[in-house]
Amino acid sequence: MNMSRRQRLRLVRGGIYALTIAALALLIVSVDWGALGGALFKWDVVKKQFPDILTSALRNTIIFTIFGFIGGLSLGLLLAIMRLSKSKPYRWFAASYIEILRGVPLLVTLLILGFGIPIATGWSWPNPYLQGAVPLALVAGAYIAETVRAGIEAVPRGQMEAARSLGMSYTRAMVTVIIPQAFRIIVPPLTNEFVLLIKDTSLISVLGVTERTLDLARFGRNGVNDSANATPLVVAGLVYLALTIPLTQLAAWMERRSKVGRR
Amino acid sequence: MSEPLVELRQLHKSFGNNHVLRGIDLSVAKGEVLCIIGPSGSGKSTLLRCVNLLEQPTGGQVFVAGVELTHRDCDIDKARRATGMVFQQFNLFSHLSVRDNVTISLRKVLKMKSTEANARADVLLNRVGLADKASAYPAQLSGGQQQRVAIARALAMEPSVMLFDEATSALDPELVGDVLGVMRELAEEGMTMLVVTHEMGFARNVADRVIFMDGGVIVEEGKPSQVINEPREERTKKFLANVLEN
Repeated sequence: MNMSRRQRLRLVRGGIYALTIAALALLIVSVDWGALGGALFKWDVVKKQFPDILTSALRNTIIFTIFGFIGGLSLGLLLAIMRLSKSKPYRWFAASYIEILRGVPLLVTLLILGFGIPIATGWSWPNPYLQGAVPLALVAGAYIAETVRAGIEAVPRGQMEAARSLGMSYTRAMVTVIIPQAFRIIVPPLTNEFVLLIKDTSLISVLGVTERTLDLARFGRNGVNDSANATPLVVAGLVYLALTIPLTQLAAWMERRSKVGRR
Repeated sequence: MSEPLVELRQLHKSFGNNHVLRGIDLSVAKGEVLCIIGPSGSGKSTLLRCVNLLEQPTGGQVFVAGVELTHRDCDIDKARRATGMVFQQFNLFSHLSVRDNVTISLRKVLKMKSTEANARADVLLNRVGLADKASAYPAQLSGGQQQRVAIARALAMEPSVMLFDEATSALDPELVGDVLGVMRELAEEGMTMLVVTHEMGFARNVADRVIFMDGGVIVEEGKPSQVINEPREERTKKFLANVLEN
């Protein structure tokens, strides 16, 4: 056949489009949409989720996220400074902490700290919120530490030298010159850490927290049990998206802006 | 001559196997302007950075204003206040306004009140011709303006000696003059200065003394007219022939 390269390419692409459309059409025809909609998005079940899903479940998810983030950020900052310290034991401690808590699945850490330690020691968590939020913060700290460290290392060396040449101590220079600039660099990745944390709070539901502290995921699961219908989980998923999509868009916007602003 | 303000004795500095400074003896009197010239890699920047211990010497002693910085009991953060340094890359704090760049060490190191620190900053910014840029951020300034802010920032701590590390090398040619002008005024006011530079015109007209370094040693030193116009050493002649050709 006498076809140019471009003609062949168009033919192949047209074939792929046609196949895709045919497959989609087959799917649309063969699925029983009424039954699927009834199982995943039934209006009267959707309505029953409100207002509790917002006033209780969303509120608890936000509480866990904020506690986890503030705790993780403080811990991450401390660990990052330790990792960059001149003292070998500090560096070693921070590096081991980060490696271990990033290497163990969050679910396992949650179970060890939430169940294992109370069972082994007879000690019990004074507050069901802490039982979920503390393990979350300890793990978030390990991830945030690496982000903060990258931020500190991205600040040009000359900034520290200039600060020291003005008579600032290492610590003073870190606090007044280096860390403020590092934070400007890491706001977008930190926003992404925050989004991950929102989603990770769903794992807290394995700890079988009390009625009062149900998060979005557990609320949805309980809703499934009550209604014998998957709609509550779909609604919970939509509420997660309502939280996470604006934040990831914000992070992407900040990243684009900082690229334009940098010289 | 009275007691020297800066004195280096048998200064050595190595980076691994690279022996950058090989026994430097140097003293600088109060009010003296010393220019340090030499090819790149000759150790002149390292020498300057050893004066305020940004580089830790591997041997020898450094004295500034009667204090031995290399002594193990020396409080280096306090001793550094006697020196002000200006860097090739300016190194202004990019998250702070021009005024805050000048006042930050006053407020954080000397614990001076903001009003007092701002008043001093305004005097200094006026002196370097940038009073109208006090609220600007470094990224909004030209290189020459940034470097003049950096000079004001270093002067804020009222150092007894100023160290200039190739302060004009990163600037566009048309901006060099403003910075050299500020440096010349500073010299005329009696500031003690150690200036690492490639600006032979500045060295010839402003310096009281010029030293030529090569291979980690001082090869030749003397009055600028002598070192630059009638160098005695072969290496100096060769370097100056290369530099002045351009």
